[in-house]
Amino acid sequence: MRGWRILYLVGLMVVCGLFFGALQDIHPFGEPVESAMDDYFIARAQEERAVNNVVTSIVFDYRGFDTLGEGAVLFTAVTSVVALFRKGRS
Amino acid sequence: MNPLSVVVRTICNVFAWFMIVFGSYVIVHGHLSPGGGFQGGAIVATFMVLLLVAHGGKRFLDWVREGLFSAAESIGLLIFLGAGLLGMSTTFFYNFLAKSGGLFGSPVPLGSNPGVLNSAGTVALMNLAVGIEVVAGLSFIIIYMFKGIRIELDEEDEGHGR
Repeated sequence: MRGWRILYLVGLMVVCGLFFGALQDIHPFGEPVESAMDDYFIARAQEERAVNNVVTSIVFDYRGFDTLGEGAVLFTAVTSVVALFRKGRS
Repeated sequence: MNPLSVVVRTICNVFAWFMIVFGSYVIVHGHLSPGGGFQGGAIVATFMVLLLVAHGGKRFLDWVREGLFSAAESIGLLIFLGAGLLGMSTTFFYNFLAKSGGLFGSPVPLGSNPGVLNSAGTVALMNLAVGIEVVAGLSFIIIYMFKGIRIELDEEDEGHGR
């Protein structure tokens, strides 16, 4: 029993050490490695699409197809809930 | 589900409406501030939960109109699809309303600025459409889940002869 506990502790420390080691290699916040796409959106969103909120311009305009999928997911969820909970189950 | 005490009901009557106002604000200002159709719609749909919890199921079901929510859900998604299809002359989901001068068509000054409400073209329109859809859809889910629970309870009551 006690031996297993020591083994667990050693394993936990190894995993923690691996995570902290990986944390040292992470690039700093706000400085992505590849920023061409972000710079494009930030530079063009206001003049091209007249949107102040760049995130909304990406979600609803540049990647509107993705949001259409989200809306379809919600619609499907509502449909399945109604199918599950409606009256007159057979 | 029985109604809660008069204190809870009064607080709900007074303050639940601010939830609709705040949610509508989040939906309408989706292209200016953080938020948008999904988030604001969830806030507005919380109003229905408050009504259900505070006033109980019987009065709640008297108040709500399911056909309205059903229609609003479909209409929201159709407006969204239509706004995407109308820009089809360029590409699917092309922002044809932006800077056109009409509805949601004013240009915005470059750089940091407080924002123009009548801007952003189809982004604002799609925010409204998604807001309508999310409000109707989540309210519909709440109504139907509550009704389903009622059916189960009634059947259980009959089965045990209470």
